[in-house]
Amino acid sequence: MNYSKNNFEKQGRRNFLKYLLTGGVVGFTGAVLYPLIAYLKPPKQADVEVSTVSGGLLSELEKDSGKIVRFGNKPVILVRTINDELRAFEATCTHLDCTVQYKKEMGVIWCACHNGKYDLAGRNIAGPPPRPLQPFRVVLKGDEILISKQS
Amino acid sequence: MKNFWNNLYGWFDERLELKELVNFMEKKYVPVHRHSIWYYFGGVSLFLFIIQVATGILLLFYYKGTEDLAFESIQFIMSKVEFGWLIRSIHTWSANLFILAIFIHMFSVLFEKAYRKPREVTWITGVLMFFLALGFGFSGYLLPWNELAFFATKVGSDIVGAVPLIGEPLKIFMRGGEDVTGATLSRLFGFHVALFPAIFSSLLIIHLLLVQRQGMSQPMEFEGKKKHELKKMPFFPNFFLRDLILWLLVLNVLAILAVFFPSELGQKADPFAPAPEGIKPEWYFLFMFQTLKYFPAHIWFIEGEVVGVLLFGAAGILWLLVPFWDKRSSRGERNKLINYIGLFAVMFIIVLTILGWLS
Ligand code: FES
Repeated sequence: MNYSKNNFEKQGRRNFLKYLLTGGVVGFTGAVLYPLIAYLKPPKQADVEVSTVSGGLLSELEKDSGKIVRFGNKPVILVRTINDELRAFEATCTHLDCTVQYKKEMGVIWCACHNGKYDLAGRNIAGPPPRPLQPFRVVLKGDEILISKQS
Repeated sequence: MKNFWNNLYGWFDERLELKELVNFMEKKYVPVHRHSIWYYFGGVSLFLFIIQVATGILLLFYYKGTEDLAFESIQFIMSKVEFGWLIRSIHTWSANLFILAIFIHMFSVLFEKAYRKPREVTWITGVLMFFLALGFGFSGYLLPWNELAFFATKVGSDIVGAVPLIGEPLKIFMRGGEDVTGATLSRLFGFHVALFPAIFSSLLIIHLLLVQRQGMSQPMEFEGKKKHELKKMPFFPNFFLRDLILWLLVLNVLAILAVFFPSELGQKADPFAPAPEGIKPEWYFLFMFQTLKYFPAHIWFIEGEVVGVLLFGAAGILWLLVPFWDKRSSRGERNKLINYIGLFAVMFIIVLTILGWLS
């Protein structure tokens, strides 16, 4: 009687120690891993908040040509079409992230990486790009071209 | 003089009991048969790895791993530092030959079924080193911070991002942010010169220790043959000297390539310039890249690329685990299936690499 009671108590103590130890190991591992993983995650860089940027002077942008404009930390492509219209789109290809360019000979926005093509409305018309390019708003203020986010 | 060396040997022998080691070396044999030549490619890979470490350390003396200075520091190495062009060219060429040697070594082990019991762990460490070698290639490619590398890294990491669930966090982890920036350069630089070498060296030590412990794998036909029928050659000095001659040859090839086809540098990366034409991954990624092109944009409701990436991932895992699903070879039976799979893999890689090259 006495013996088994003793045994029972021992079992209880052993279990207690087991939980304590397991809990300790888990807690310790967590305490080591959590800061490590958190450290490896790059901090959110405050997006350079811009709503409007200058795309340069109209007189300096020839008809039937395009250029890349810096919009915060994203590239935007500005195109002056043959019909003298101004268009702007996000310049990051929707396929795999390359930066697109205006291709005069074809009259399209072209991605050199895998030969993706967009028409001058930003629609993906050939090659691998899965989605159209995000459009931006362009207005003229005197001779200056202003590009802003479409709301 | 002779006395001095004897004394020195005696000094170490007394403490480390070198006798056993010498005995071990004397008893190490390399089987001789018609496929013996493939035994050399492991050694060649090792030699090229050593060259990579040596030239890599030399480059580190001048290289600066930041967005503003990386390109200029390589320009400096190529034009101002004496023999800088040579060291850099050797590093790039040796990287390519290294991967080629690993490919050959790996496939020869596959065809010989040398991974079969008891050498499963040797195979696994080897395949992991192969994956790491690709990681070395990918991370090293960005370090000169030129246009081609910049966009190739964008494309490469964007493909990683296509993997469901873990892809996006992994991409951000690799890039050190949403986009490829100077933060990406710092990260890949850290991977390339610290993290990967540390893991690679550990795996390499295990790999080599296992080879020593278990000896060279024999072809399956050898099993069941009588002892005196088996031809073999002592590792030391016979095989070792042959190894050295081959290494010397490789070094010469390397020097010729580096001198006549030095590495180029191109234009400095500009995140606000359009991608240049001719973006291509390094040749050892080309077959995967080319394959992805053949996937349609959508398969059911999943993007075709995702399917492709997942298939390659699955193939990689199966490849790693070959010794565990090829039970027949371990039992000493012939398994033709492995030969077909290996042959298919070789043909697949060669054909798609060529197609990728031409496109
Ligand atoms: S990244 Fe533009 S077509 Fe592939």
